[in-house]
Amino acid sequence: MAQAFTKTMARNIFYGGTLFFFLLFLALTFDSHGQFPSRDNRAALESPDLGPKIALGKKLWEENDCIGCHTLLGEGAYFAPELGNVYKRFGESKEAIMGFIKSRPKDGVPGRRSMPQFNFTDEELDALAEFLKYVSGINTSHWPPNVNG
Amino acid sequence: MKYKSQKVARLYFIAALVLFVAQILFGLIMGLQYVMGDFLFPYMPFNVARMVHTNALIVWLLMAFMGAAYYLVPEEAETELAMPWLATLMFWIFFLAAGATVAGYLLLSYSDLAKLTMNDMLPTMGREFLEQPTITKLGIVVVALAFLLNIGLTILKGRKTVINLVLLMGLTGLAVFFLFSFYNPTNVVLDKYYWWWVVHLWVEGVWELILGAILAFVLIKTTGVDREVIEKWLYIIIAMTLITGIIGTGHHYYWIGTPEYWQWWGSIFSAMEPIPFFMMTVFAFNMVNKRRRNHPNKAAMLWALGTAVMAFLGAGVWGFLHTLAPVNYYTHGSQITAAHGHMAFYGAYVMISLTIISYAMPMLMGRTAANSNRSQVREMWGFWLMTISIVFITLFLTGAGVLQAFLQRMGENPTPFMVVQDKIALFYWLREITGVVFLIGLIVYLSSFFVGRNEPEPEVAVAE
Repeated sequence: MAQAFTKTMARNIFYGGTLFFFLLFLALTFDSHGQFPSRDNRAALESPDLGPKIALGKKLWEENDCIGCHTLLGEGAYFAPELGNVYKRFGESKEAIMGFIKSRPKDGVPGRRSMPQFNFTDEELDALAEFLKYVSGINTSHWPPNVNG
Repeated sequence: MKYKSQKVARLYFIAALVLFVAQILFGLIMGLQYVMGDFLFPYMPFNVARMVHTNALIVWLLMAFMGAAYYLVPEEAETELAMPWLATLMFWIFFLAAGATVAGYLLLSYSDLAKLTMNDMLPTMGREFLEQPTITKLGIVVVALAFLLNIGLTILKGRKTVINLVLLMGLTGLAVFFLFSFYNPTNVVLDKYYWWWVVHLWVEGVWELILGAILAFVLIKTTGVDREVIEKWLYIIIAMTLITGIIGTGHHYYWIGTPEYWQWWGSIFSAMEPIPFFMMTVFAFNMVNKRRRNHPNKAAMLWALGTAVMAFLGAGVWGFLHTLAPVNYYTHGSQITAAHGHMAFYGAYVMISLTIISYAMPMLMGRTAANSNRSQVREMWGFWLMTISIVFITLFLTGAGVLQAFLQRMGENPTPFMVVQDKIALFYWLREITGVVFLIGLIVYLSSFFVGRNEPEPEVAVAE
């Protein structure tokens, strides 16, 4: 047995297998790119009106490290609610999202988790809400299971 | 220690352990914030503690990998390191950049840090695990390139072994896939798709090559088993790792806007990801059973076997638990994910780092092969305290995650996130208390470096 299966064979399985499955991965990636336009809510991104707003919203999302507490489509930290579907949870209302972010108390809520007060301008609030609305339009294969995220 | 230049590894190992302490302290802060929401608010919001916790982990593991490479590559290649001065220089650049980045997280608001570091020029910040300012990321690239050059030239001028080759492939892959951290489109689906090329292809891909190479090196040294046998095992383990793990990336492509066929590809291939970890367990125990010598460093042997077992449990078993798409539909982004993350990182990457540190540190401190018996017994206490703690942290988080998935996503009347968090607080308290035991274990472990320094190495019976 030890003689039948040699180190050379093991090595060849490693190189051959890795190469084959990496190429397969690239092929699947290529195919995925073909399908993205029908799933990733590209229309919102390409809209001359909304596109720049969403881009600003994503920048604010990143530069305030929102992912450090929240999940977005299930990825991020598990300390605060999922936000990929927050637009739907808040009754498809951008105003409700903006109002929530705006009204966070500066010193938090005694004894409870609370979101910091970021002092966003109205333009920034609108951009963030637009970004979250855009994400809620991505086809996530029916995830999350319900509106609670 | 056969070559003078191996000594540079000591710097890397010590810095790794310092950052390990920081990682655990900030982990305890986060754990407390889970149950006492206003703890340190608004001075240190949860996200800041989390950045330090995860980034310190990543950096200290990279430090340990680099230290491991600087230690084992010259020994395998049977030649001095090509440029020892470069290794020392890069250490200080890396260490100071990491320190400055952590100081930035702690002293500035994240948005001010983004402005200060001119994130606008090439926005890469604010994505999970890749929170570092762009300038820090560029620094990481420079350090990685200098490191690869140094290691590569050393391997080139010396003896070529499979362990060196596999290690070099793993480290090169690490550097190459990190480059995807610079790709950050506005399109969230594309952003997430390639974010995983850093995160998944690191921890379930190329890092496993590094893990395998280090484990193989320590097993050759401590068991004296024939190199041919160990190298064959290494090849077959890493073959299975990449054959399952590359397409296994698909288990992250279920619910982020990617095509639905990924549910099949991801489920089938990632269900096979435990196989290489199981092989690693069989491999380690087999080699120890067939040992031709009794190495005096029993602690290093314990860490090596511990890695093989805990990597299988954490990465293999706890990964499989939630990797099938129909299950993942309910567990995605829940405390189940956190449970798996903790045991997988500890079992695979923390433990392999502590394995090579345990093996190499005695020599780096000027001993022949091992620490005194007293020091080793202390180290093994640290091993058991930390390992048992992580098992219970994982179990408590799993309990929390099962309840969370049920209450929030499966029950008759799905309950809102924060209401569920209050209901499962008991599990978070238990996790926090276990975290304190982990810290005690870490202190015990670190204290082992300072006891019995003047005592002789244990004598061992010569095996037949």
